Amino acid sequence: MKRFTLAAGLLASVVLPSTALAVELEVTHWWTSGGEAAAVKVMADAVTGAGITWVDGAIAGGDNARPIIISRIAGGDPMGATQLNTGRDAEDLIKAGLMTDLTDLAEAEGWKDIIRPAKLLDACTYEGRIYCVPVNIHSFQWMWLNRGVYEANGLAVPTNWDEFVASAATLKEKGITPLAIGGEPWQINGMAGVFTVALGGLDLYKKLNIEKSAEAAASPEMTKVFEAVAAARGLVDEGYVGRAWNDATNMVITGKAGAQIMGDWAQGEFSVAGQTAGKEYDCLPGLGFNPVLDTGGDAFFFPKPADGNQEVIDAQLKMASLLVSPEVQVDFNLKKGSLPIRADVNLDAANACMQKGIEILNNPDNVLPSGEQVWSSDTTGQFEDLWVEFFTTPDMTVEDAQARYVEIVSSAD
Amino acid sequence: MMPTSVPIDAYSPHGRKPKRIMEPRRIMLYAVLLVAVLYYILPLWVMVMTSLKGMPEIRLGNIFAPPVEITFEPWVKAWSEACTGLKCEGLRAGFWNSVQITVPSVIVSMAVASVSGYALSFWKFRGSEVFFTILIFGSFIPYQVMLYPLVVICRELGIYGTLPAVILIHTIFGMPILTLLFRNYFASLPEELFKAARVDGAGFWGIFLKVLVPMSVPIFVVATILQITGIWNDFLFGVVFAGTQNWPMTVQLNNIVNSTQGVKEYNLNMAATMLTGLVPLTVYFLSGKLFVRGIAAGAVKG
Amino acid sequence: MAQAGRPNPLFRNLTAKIATLPMIVTALVVFVGCSVWTVVYSFTASRALPVSKFVGLDQYERLFSNARWEQSVTNLLFYGVFALVFSFVIGFVLAALMDQKIRFEDTFRTIYLYPFALSFIVTGVVWQWILDPGLGLQATLRGLGWETFSLNLIGSKDTVIYALLIAGLWQGTGFVMVLMLAGLRGIDEDIWKAARVDGIPKWKTYVFIVIPMMRGVMITSLVIVASGIVRLYDLVVALTDGGPGFASEVPAKYVFDHMFARANIGQGLAASTMMLLSVLIIVIPWAYLEFGRKKGR
Repeated sequence: MKRFTLAAGLLASVVLPSTALAVELEVTHWWTSGGEAAAVKVMADAVTGAGITWVDGAIAGGDNARPIIISRIAGGDPMGATQLNTGRDAEDLIKAGLMTDLTDLAEAEGWKDIIRPAKLLDACTYEGRIYCVPVNIHSFQWMWLNRGVYEANGLAVPTNWDEFVASAATLKEKGITPLAIGGEPWQINGMAGVFTVALGGLDLYKKLNIEKSAEAAASPEMTKVFEAVAAARGLVDEGYVGRAWNDATNMVITGKAGAQIMGDWAQGEFSVAGQTAGKEYDCLPGLGFNPVLDTGGDAFFFPKPADGNQEVIDAQLKMASLLVSPEVQVDFNLKKGSLPIRADVNLDAANACMQKGIEILNNPDNVLPSGEQVWSSDTTGQFEDLWVEFFTTPDMTVEDAQARYVEIVSSAD
Repeated sequence: MMPTSVPIDAYSPHGRKPKRIMEPRRIMLYAVLLVAVLYYILPLWVMVMTSLKGMPEIRLGNIFAPPVEITFEPWVKAWSEACTGLKCEGLRAGFWNSVQITVPSVIVSMAVASVSGYALSFWKFRGSEVFFTILIFGSFIPYQVMLYPLVVICRELGIYGTLPAVILIHTIFGMPILTLLFRNYFASLPEELFKAARVDGAGFWGIFLKVLVPMSVPIFVVATILQITGIWNDFLFGVVFAGTQNWPMTVQLNNIVNSTQGVKEYNLNMAATMLTGLVPLTVYFLSGKLFVRGIAAGAVKG
Repeated sequence: MAQAGRPNPLFRNLTAKIATLPMIVTALVVFVGCSVWTVVYSFTASRALPVSKFVGLDQYERLFSNARWEQSVTNLLFYGVFALVFSFVIGFVLAALMDQKIRFEDTFRTIYLYPFALSFIVTGVVWQWILDPGLGLQATLRGLGWETFSLNLIGSKDTVIYALLIAGLWQGTGFVMVLMLAGLRGIDEDIWKAARVDGIPKWKTYVFIVIPMMRGVMITSLVIVASGIVRLYDLVVALTDGGPGFASEVPAKYVFDHMFARANIGQGLAASTMMLLSVLIIVIPWAYLEFGRKKGR
């Protein structure tokens, strides 16, 4: 059987490239763009400095990375550490006992007291034990505007959603798309989420995203949200199908569009284009009505090593401890454009929009749980389907759509 | 019009005599081929032009327009500088890994499948057709569905995260189509050949290697094209099964092209795609020589 | 043949049986095994990991009340019929033309085939550009003075499927062409000579003599094209991501979205089971036709 000798020969030639003295941690993540990679490097340097070898496993695109990460953990070949969405995605993996328990470390370092808002740590907690490390705070609740577009057309730069809608007709006449958007489901879903807080109000958002209240889903406040999404149909251009979010941001940067509703990661695009907050562009948290943040963000999990190797577990705990340390938090978040998970760090270097975010964050009432911590990915997917269908089907009435929405909320697990 | 009104079919076909190119039917023929070329080449034109432009020009630009200022920087960057994660080594980082995965995978999968196809067409045994039907069915299963069970199988075999694992996976997934390809091709060959060889005393392997393989060069070329392309461009199996140290070039390609944050560098994306595609493309072009008419016929008479 | 003449039927064709062992194992363990696994777990409430918490037909009830699944199936049928017909027509015509002892055959063949070598991610990006009304063909032709030219396939729910077809055929027909060409090259020169001597017109020779002789290659192409259609996924993700709305969603995408991004393995496998079932309905009758007849070639 020639085949087998061939395979065996190949096996022999590739087994273990080096016998490492230091403990190796393979870290998988989907941060591959310039700014993201620079941020990961902060982590990698800290980990390397602690005598642990960081084996980088970058796979671009969460959708590409997730199947790989999950099938490797489930298949019994876990990496040392991995980025994964907080919230319910990882629940099954924790339940199956596949994740290293970080509780002792967290208690020793007093994570409960330093990590704010507390909801972040809650997302990592399962049955009272802590299984992941939140590393930053991202929020979707922002609108980004190109000031120049408005000024050049003799319009005041909108300070809230209503003013924005009022000025849309003028922009359209001039051949400028008022609202830049991409047709990817999560973008449309996210926009609807922003409307829920900004137009429906905090109560509505909390009732939905904490209590999963079907009553709130059927309320007249929610109707306003559907009406706003219906109105947004008329504010976008024809070519939005399949457009990536950063291409939509680029439309705002170049003045082809007036504004975009997008999370704070959009800010990276403006700064790469050399634009300054408050000068070329403006940001409206909560569409200018309800300046709040939701606390989505990234987190790291540490899958249990297959052989239970204590050295690896020690390295994992060391890395976890480093990720929440003030030094890593500051450097990492400045590079990533996100907000740190602890308040006791100095962020003077942050730009105007980030400062706005920090200010909002200082009042715990302004901090909302992000949907992904309440809804399973499956339910989120159903919301996405609904919003996409509603947004792209002008014939679909607000009543029909809201009825379907209520159905999803009441049947959510 | 030329004076000759003899229909083309009446030409006596003396081997591979090139036809006169000005014949009206030939002109029609080339016209159709050229129209088809337009459809196929338009995207390539866009890709090449884009890859030779700088970013400012792309942002302004007409996608069909040739570059005002030609730059090869995106190609250089894609090959040796583009960052994927923490490493900034471009596509070349994974090139050898891809070769290491592709060469044995293509050879093993073709060897297994051609022998299977041969057995299925000339050495049928009870149940062989059932297995074949299962294979055909298997070619329709969306392969991502099989990810979990296959990971478990590889783990149980103790090869998970190594090159043999990824070779095994490619052999498995190549098997339905390749077996079908070979079986159907062999089945279309005259059975007298097979019988004659048996009378001459040739056995299972003798007939296969000495009689059938030399007659089947075009179909081996097709199989190579299929496998090289599929395996070289594979991303999912390489990442899941090969282990981090063996990650193929498509991981870098994906990381370059699919990064969601930062300005999309279209010129870099296009250059990276074409660079990755160069290996299969080279194989397509070189294997063309083996496509020339007459190999099969010649061997039959041989 | 060392074992010739042995009475035990198990040892007849022993070499052949051993040689096909990898195929047999693959068929049984991987394809049958995975299909059974798929069906079994489609009756569970598996989320991010497969678990054996059985919930009866819940996943199927949800599947069949889902507008996106319905649209996905419709899209696939529509795309499938067109893709199949055009792949074969274009593939065969190009192959037949290539077989006319033309000059620059290598060049032509490589041009038709090269899209097959490129990754879907960028294929999607390029076709997205070309078909984008503000950027691609429409903008360019209008710029050249053809003001009324309109081509917005990708932005409209009714036409987006044609955009998929254009890109899909561009990527795949080259390989069908090569396959057919290999089939044509396998046809004995004597057949052509005989047909010419008998004065049969060329097109008739193709339709009535050559194509029937290429049955094997035709079936191979059919399976390759059809399985590609059923598994259609990457191109959709790259070109339209299923949009606008659900107008270009396909079943395979439904399956993968649920298995991974949405961490609902049960639902994904229920959809996958429906796909497998549809394939079985086609493959089994075919197998009967192919193998059920009296042997004797």
